[in-house]
Amino acid sequence: MTMKPSIAFPVAAAVLAVLAAAPLFIPDYWTGVLLGMTGYVTLATAWALFSGPTRYVSLATVAFFGVGAYVVAVLNEALPYPLVLLSAAGIGMILALAVGLSTLRLAGVYFVIFTFGLAELVRQTVSWWEVNITYTMGRYVFLPFEGRHIYWQLLALAAVTLLISWAIGRSRLGLALKAIGDDEVVAAHAGIDVTRVKLLLFVISATLITLVGAIQAPRWTYIEPSIVFNPTVSFMTLIMALLGGPMRLWGPALGAIPLFLLFEWLSVSFPDHFSIILGLLFILIVFVMPQGVLAKIDDIRKGGRA
Amino acid sequence: MLEHVVNGLVLGGTYALVAMGLTIQYGIARIMNLSFGDTIIAACFGTYVLFSTLQINPILALAVVVPLGYAASLLIYRVIMKPLVDRAPSDGALEVDSILVTFGLLFAIQGVLLIFFGGGYTSYSFLNTPVNVLGTAVAGNRLLALGLSLVIAAVLVLVLYRSRWGMMLRAVALAPQSAPLFGIDTDRAARTAFAIGGALAATGGVVVSMFQTFTATGGVVFTMKALIVVILGGKGSVPGAIVAGLLLGLVETFVAAYVDPGLTLAAVYTVFLVLLLVRPNGLFGKA
Repeated sequence: MTMKPSIAFPVAAAVLAVLAAAPLFIPDYWTGVLLGMTGYVTLATAWALFSGPTRYVSLATVAFFGVGAYVVAVLNEALPYPLVLLSAAGIGMILALAVGLSTLRLAGVYFVIFTFGLAELVRQTVSWWEVNITYTMGRYVFLPFEGRHIYWQLLALAAVTLLISWAIGRSRLGLALKAIGDDEVVAAHAGIDVTRVKLLLFVISATLITLVGAIQAPRWTYIEPSIVFNPTVSFMTLIMALLGGPMRLWGPALGAIPLFLLFEWLSVSFPDHFSIILGLLFILIVFVMPQGVLAKIDDIRKGGRA
Repeated sequence: MLEHVVNGLVLGGTYALVAMGLTIQYGIARIMNLSFGDTIIAACFGTYVLFSTLQINPILALAVVVPLGYAASLLIYRVIMKPLVDRAPSDGALEVDSILVTFGLLFAIQGVLLIFFGGGYTSYSFLNTPVNVLGTAVAGNRLLALGLSLVIAAVLVLVLYRSRWGMMLRAVALAPQSAPLFGIDTDRAARTAFAIGGALAATGGVVVSMFQTFTATGGVVFTMKALIVVILGGKGSVPGAIVAGLLLGLVETFVAAYVDPGLTLAAVYTVFLVLLLVRPNGLFGKA
């Protein structure tokens, strides 16, 4: 994690190239697994972009994710694909702006509460709209993509997300965010426009999450609100980012990979008990590793030396 | 019109009841409990089981379900919350930790309910006879629900504002650092407050189950509405929770009757947003 950029960038590029070439050599099932994993790596990293340094826990991941998927479902036959993605990003951005403007000026807890119900609100509103205005419930996505095409898009998005996270971590913006996370009052006195910084980061993070949903939409073929606004997505993103450590660049990604594999296995082996196991695991993580696995390893190392 | 007012008051009464539980947990124990709604749903199912298998009247079920809610919450506080309270360096850190832990708890409770009862809508028929109120027919169970909510709310307000014990709880809510200087055991107060909150959630569950259908996954919406009522009324304010709860019930019923039943949550959110912008500390909150 402390590699110099001159070494880290070629290494990262090489890993990316290997990952991008993987679907040409492995069976389709494993491409599917890689796809899901990349999706969650991106979600967790994008989530931590805002919630990590500011400590404003966003529980609305799936609201944006679902909006992205739904925009693709609605527009996929009306517009060319790149424009569909752009529209999805735009709508996600507007939603994030609306949520951020109304809640981020207030204490953190209002934001959490608002995001807690946001997914349900969006789901109900979309359902209502479909039933009463457009008279359709459920839509089909017909795009000529196979698993690997979606995977490549997600991989590119994951790379971009990590790059954004890295760039922000090194910029004045990143410093401002850390100051806000430490003490908002002090940050404001140091001349940081607290609301603006929070809003900016929230919008960036939410737009990336919307894009993950939009890119993954063709995977379902059939989409309806209860499928794409599944609260488990918010939950899994949160638990992955927390396990890895939301304050580190690679933390969320490192949390996402093992947990995604674990969840794949759990959901196949214990479909009925999945949500209990998930809940208990989550409580355990909050208890044992409040700062994430990377910080824990650092602690152990320091403890060893002292 | 009158029918909607009565139905709105019934719904609002139950919101007020459960929101009082949440506001006590948040105001005194300082735990933001996102699994609150799932406690309510668990109580709904508990009442349902007692009623449909043992033919126990929901009013008698209160005597079983409410102490259970109290005990379960006390246990949760001792096992899960206390270590977090002890390790938290500040109120803010405790807030984040409690939000995260109860978010996990939400999924665990939901998972247990899904195993036992499945994901379908459940309800039972109890006292479903129409009663004439000022010329409109209202279901007996709804009237009973309203009556129960009002009585319990009145008792709680009396205890909190007229007894020595209630004064101790309010002292901890107002000044957690100074309360120990007056010989108040804050840890015990927090524990009791959290358990009372759980008991109120259980009461709310019993009352709600008498006139509404419920599902294992419906807890989120209850938590959400209770949270909104708490914020509308002002954090930690019991009278505020009662007024805001009744208001929310009325808004919801009128939107369902005159606009569209599918838009009630959107209406609730709108009220919430407008109030946040106009009075960020709630109707009864102090600036």
